[in-house]
Amino acid sequence: MNYTVGIDLGSTTTKAVVLGEDGAVLGRGITNSRSNYDVACSVALSEALINARFSLIAGQFQSIARDPAQAPALVGALERKFRAEQYRSQLRVLDTELRRFLSRLLTRPPAATGIVDRIAGRMTAEVDALYAEGARRKSDFFRDLAGSRYLALAEEEARATGVSFDLLAGLFDKAILDVENSAEAAGRFDEHAAAALAALPGADPALTTAVARVSALTLDQIGSVGTGYGRQRLPFPEGRIRSEILCHGLGAHAMFPRTRTVLDIGGQDTKAIQVDEQGIVTSFQMNDRCAAGCGRYLGYIADEMSLGLHELGPIASQSSAPVRINSTCTVFAGAELRERLSLGEKREDILAGLHRAIVLRAMSLLARSGGVKDEFTFTGGVARNQAAVAALRTLVEENYGARTVNISEDSIYTGALGAALFALRSAAAA
Amino acid sequence: MSTTPSVTTAAQKDSSQVRQKEMIARHFDRLAAAPDSGARCAYTFVPGNLTELLLSFDVLPVLPEINALQSAMRGKTAEYIAAAEKLGHSEDVCTYVKSDIGMMKSGNIGPTGQRLPTPDLLLLSYTGCFTFMKWFELLREDYHCPVAMLHVPYQADGRITDNMRTYVVDQLKNVVIPKLEEVTGRKYDEDRLRAHLARSAQAEDDLVWVLQSAKNVPSPIDAYFGAVYYVGPIFSAFRGTADAVDYYRELRAEIAERIRQGKGPVTPDGEVERERFRIVVEGPPNWTSFRQFWKMFSDEGAVAVASTYSKVGGVYDLGFRHDPDHPLETLAEYCLGCYTNLSLPTRIDLLTRYLSEYRADGFLINSVKSCNSFSAGQLHILREVEARSGRPGGFIESDLVDPRYFSAANIKNRLESYFQMLDQKRAGAAS
Repeated sequence: MNYTVGIDLGSTTTKAVVLGEDGAVLGRGITNSRSNYDVACSVALSEALINARFSLIAGQFQSIARDPAQAPALVGALERKFRAEQYRSQLRVLDTELRRFLSRLLTRPPAATGIVDRIAGRMTAEVDALYAEGARRKSDFFRDLAGSRYLALAEEEARATGVSFDLLAGLFDKAILDVENSAEAAGRFDEHAAAALAALPGADPALTTAVARVSALTLDQIGSVGTGYGRQRLPFPEGRIRSEILCHGLGAHAMFPRTRTVLDIGGQDTKAIQVDEQGIVTSFQMNDRCAAGCGRYLGYIADEMSLGLHELGPIASQSSAPVRINSTCTVFAGAELRERLSLGEKREDILAGLHRAIVLRAMSLLARSGGVKDEFTFTGGVARNQAAVAALRTLVEENYGARTVNISEDSIYTGALGAALFALRSAAAA
Repeated sequence: MSTTPSVTTAAQKDSSQVRQKEMIARHFDRLAAAPDSGARCAYTFVPGNLTELLLSFDVLPVLPEINALQSAMRGKTAEYIAAAEKLGHSEDVCTYVKSDIGMMKSGNIGPTGQRLPTPDLLLLSYTGCFTFMKWFELLREDYHCPVAMLHVPYQADGRITDNMRTYVVDQLKNVVIPKLEEVTGRKYDEDRLRAHLARSAQAEDDLVWVLQSAKNVPSPIDAYFGAVYYVGPIFSAFRGTADAVDYYRELRAEIAERIRQGKGPVTPDGEVERERFRIVVEGPPNWTSFRQFWKMFSDEGAVAVASTYSKVGGVYDLGFRHDPDHPLETLAEYCLGCYTNLSLPTRIDLLTRYLSEYRADGFLINSVKSCNSFSAGQLHILREVEARSGRPGGFIESDLVDPRYFSAANIKNRLESYFQMLDQKRAGAAS
């Protein structure tokens, strides 16, 4: 089966979208960006291909399932088991690396080996619960999931044994790099799929058939285009690199064909883009040399408040009286936050004010690019943040009147989708 | 997306370049020797410069803006700006000013490594830049020398009236010339002035021919980055000299030969062999990363076919020439017609005209943080020119000589996006 892929190497995350030859999205994959761009691309692509295979399994199984109404739930269960297997596989690599780095320490506390054994054992034992039906996970990335658990357990162990927490945390910091920087750590699709099936005894045998058929499928890449902030370093030839402006324009057009204005707030840049009825960019504006008001700003705020990035929006949404914040300087964000807290402002009101400040800056770029036309599509990681979305809706209506505001659940993949479409066009033209 | 490099052949210095370098060296030698030779010198600005008048008094011009940009190209402005900021000039002050003040405080060593003489006169021709006035106010404090102020009325309605002309001529007669007589101890010699003006007109004819050669496809010149070198002599100390006449004659012959051979522009990294985009550029270049900035264009096969920056010392392509038969009136007309003295509608007309006459694919605005005279209104210009010409505009931001405001990755990203957008539009139009 042939596919094309678009990869968007952003400053925070790397996204891949895989398209079939008919242009339909087969799969999406995301990973956190890291210093090794090749690995980030490879992991994002392998995640997208896994996602694509699950889409194919769902399609196949639906038509042959004993009880078609139960088919989606069963495929969902299979995917959770698969993810659990994948997580276990990464944990094994992490365990090996932790021991390797431990053995290299010049002064190794005698208790340390036992501590690593206990932490690894407990983390492995928790895997099934982590991927149980309805379980909430703070992130989809192994680094975040394993990191937060490891550090919590390390803190307990440090308290109980007197071994330095810094030593244990340092071990993780080193070991995680090797887990992340090896695309193989996540394991092979067919192996994990087989293990996931085995973990679902009594499931409809047709599921096994569907998995076997899809596992046997060869996926052949017939085109690729890279985009995003790190596109110059992508492992693609120069001719297969497109600006993220063009990719976001085309991706937004593909998701919402009536789109005329696109706003993308990414990790370190904000883009206001105008497109025509074909999705061709007609003008654009980007933030200048300073990343004030971009996604990274929210990252700093989350760090300052010891919150996860995804927790900011829900807290801000509880505000009834947002404070007015004018500065969106990322560096001053922490100082501004502490000052507001010291003045007795409520956390949710400060966060609501910060979200509004970000959106105000985006509004300025939108105005510079030619305004907000109908329909208006909001993309990028920040489009997942409900407080930013609410502030944007209000300000767009106040400034431009009623506009259809499109936000896709998959908005973070907009650039990668546009890139994949460019790849498909090139492949078709070749 | 380009898959073959647009620039390949190694660059070679043309004889006009060598000549210009020698002219500049001789000029700075004269300046360095001024304290001993007794030659007088005046500091003055590029827009609205009265070089022929200064030369008629044997006064040597020093152009602080040119010194600042050359300091930037030599990598000196970071330390000069830091020195000025240490003296209390804020980060928001024009960086030409800070570079100049920093250079002065660091020994006033000019672009050739020689010390510049202190001014005998600050000749302030005010043509649309309020900062010029403050700049010389600051210099006056340090140099304790006289200032001659020529107030040039703004062309708000897009035309020069008789009253405006008379107003400037009166100032030349009653303020500037008497001050020059006082500083030099010489009488005003109108015949000498006429001779200089006649040479100016000759050089201007050739300069316009060179700039308009970009109407050829492919263009034999880059009319933004390359033009910086071409306008050098006429914008600085050489307008009205025999050297300038010879330089422009030689340059014209070289460009004529390039056209004959069907060659593209020369860049520091070689010749542009494949012209992919024809661009009109508005706004001054960034000087601290000038070569890198240019390469971002030439790597993509983007050639500037017209620019407004190459008109800051005179918009000669609209027909103006210095006229030896009306010496003071022509100087007045020249000052009134400077690009910095033009209104937004006039600038919009000019850009729109360039897009059409030079068969450009689009236009780019480089908005510099330092210069509000240039930057104020540029987004309005962008929208209006887009609407009138139907060709897409791009917008980038940097600064004149402060290296802190040149973000290479950001600018490259925007430029690449812009060029790809042009490509995409072209492909869309073709399908």
